[in-house]
Amino acid sequence: MRGHAFLVVAVAVVAAGLAVTRVLDNQYYYFAAYVVLQYVVLATAWNILGGYTGYVNFGTPAFFALGAYTAVVLIRWVKAPLGLQLVAGAIIAGLLGLALGYLTLRLRGVFFSIATLALAVVLQTMFINWEYTGGARGTSLVRPATAPLFGSYVQFLFVVMLGLAVLAVATAWWIERSWIGRGLAAIRDNEEAAECMGVPTLKLKLVATTVSGVLMGLAGAPFPYYVTFVEPTSVFDLNYAVNSLAMPMIGGTTTWMGPVIGAVLLGTAQQIATVTISSALNLLLVGLILVAFVILAPEGIVGLVQRLARPRAERTRRSGP
Amino acid sequence: MRSVTKRFGGFQALSAVSLRVRQGERFGLIGPNGSGKTTLINCISGTLRTDGGQITFDGHDITTLPPYRRTRLGIARSFQIPKPFVSMTVLENLLIPIEYARQGHHDGVVDEALGILGLMGLAAKAQASSGALTQIEMRKLELARAMAARPKLLVSDEAMAGLSSNEVDDILAILFELNQRGITIIMIEHIMRAVMRFSERIAVLDAGEKIAEGVPDVILADKRVEKAYLGE
Repeated sequence: MRGHAFLVVAVAVVAAGLAVTRVLDNQYYYFAAYVVLQYVVLATAWNILGGYTGYVNFGTPAFFALGAYTAVVLIRWVKAPLGLQLVAGAIIAGLLGLALGYLTLRLRGVFFSIATLALAVVLQTMFINWEYTGGARGTSLVRPATAPLFGSYVQFLFVVMLGLAVLAVATAWWIERSWIGRGLAAIRDNEEAAECMGVPTLKLKLVATTVSGVLMGLAGAPFPYYVTFVEPTSVFDLNYAVNSLAMPMIGGTTTWMGPVIGAVLLGTAQQIATVTISSALNLLLVGLILVAFVILAPEGIVGLVQRLARPRAERTRRSGP
Repeated sequence: MRSVTKRFGGFQALSAVSLRVRQGERFGLIGPNGSGKTTLINCISGTLRTDGGQITFDGHDITTLPPYRRTRLGIARSFQIPKPFVSMTVLENLLIPIEYARQGHHDGVVDEALGILGLMGLAAKAQASSGALTQIEMRKLELARAMAARPKLLVSDEAMAGLSSNEVDDILAILFELNQRGITIIMIEHIMRAVMRFSERIAVLDAGEKIAEGVPDVILADKRVEKAYLGE
């Protein structure tokens, strides 16, 4: 998709979201859509490091929770407005990403993944023991009743998350087409060869961990006002780690479209399953779909469509010896 | 390079190896398996940090520079086991070094990449996936990608291992052609026929030490070299 076409679509999506808030009144849809959009942000953020660069991150909850807790602290401390919460959450989570990058430079493959898992556990333990944010008991927050120009605050949060989703996807779209994206792909394919071809692998990896951290922090920052009750077990939930990894894998990891498709499909399926069957079914659903995709279409939906769209003659030639 | 030393734990991979390669030279580096050839070129390209000694290139002290900075100064290498960027086409593989090793060259990069592929005899494969190449094509891609960085020095690490005699001649012709264009070449190779024919001077490594250096005929006559390869 070209630059201006992408911009037009992005603006159209936000405008459509705004228009919906004028017509649709059922609050449940906003609650549900918020979660799906939140996953669009998380999956896209994960994919910048996991898909483009090839570093599998199991620590999504750490970044998400840090964004959420930054907002909690700001609300309790100075009753900061949402805009400030977003900026602060993004900065703090971005710094965590930068630190993670520095600390794990020498780790590759599965060792990097284990380090990210450990990061989430360490942060969760810290927040369990931090009294200011309520420790293990958690903390309740009062969401503003209304937002200016919007009927309800939940509708406002929905539009904010829609904006963040567009921002995240636009960032991924830009990276994919820029010299950064090509360098990240070289690192993913072969880090040693990339470095020897003049790619500053360390710097680019730090860019990837930081950008990914910023976007995950942005996804977490509005969360306290969304749920109005924040406690460690729920913000450090395994769901975030599994979903933000599974959604790009199912959608396809090499393009910006993959995580969006994965998040919308899987996120919506989870919301429907939560209402119609049970909320405990979510992870099972994700697990089963992920297993099916890893076996049947390891390149995800985007890859599958590309493969099927390719002329038959070329396909047979490629599969030959 | 002066008295370059590298240890892996208690193992002395290189002990005080000194080499001087002249600009525009075709230099051969040989030695039995495990003698430290690949370690030495990893130290030259920067993938490994030396434990002692100094490496200078074109007037710069590069001993502590990271690999990507050395590439930008003009040192390119090919890998013994080809390491193509498999998610990219052959052409895209070349665009990485063109874009990164030589910043600020953005006009006509595709034409230049196609030119290099033509020189290597890979022009027909430009749009092919780099993972689907044959062995010889992958070796050529390794050299093409190194060329795209527009190096002053090319280090070729066993670019011919496992190739047929015709294919060896093919690669040799390419290396001669590159040297004609003014590129200094260090060739690490086991195929004696190729190294002897190609190199103006040769150094021999054995157990991390340089045991001989000189023109091919002198090396062939050297008793210590014979001993290193064949034993007593």
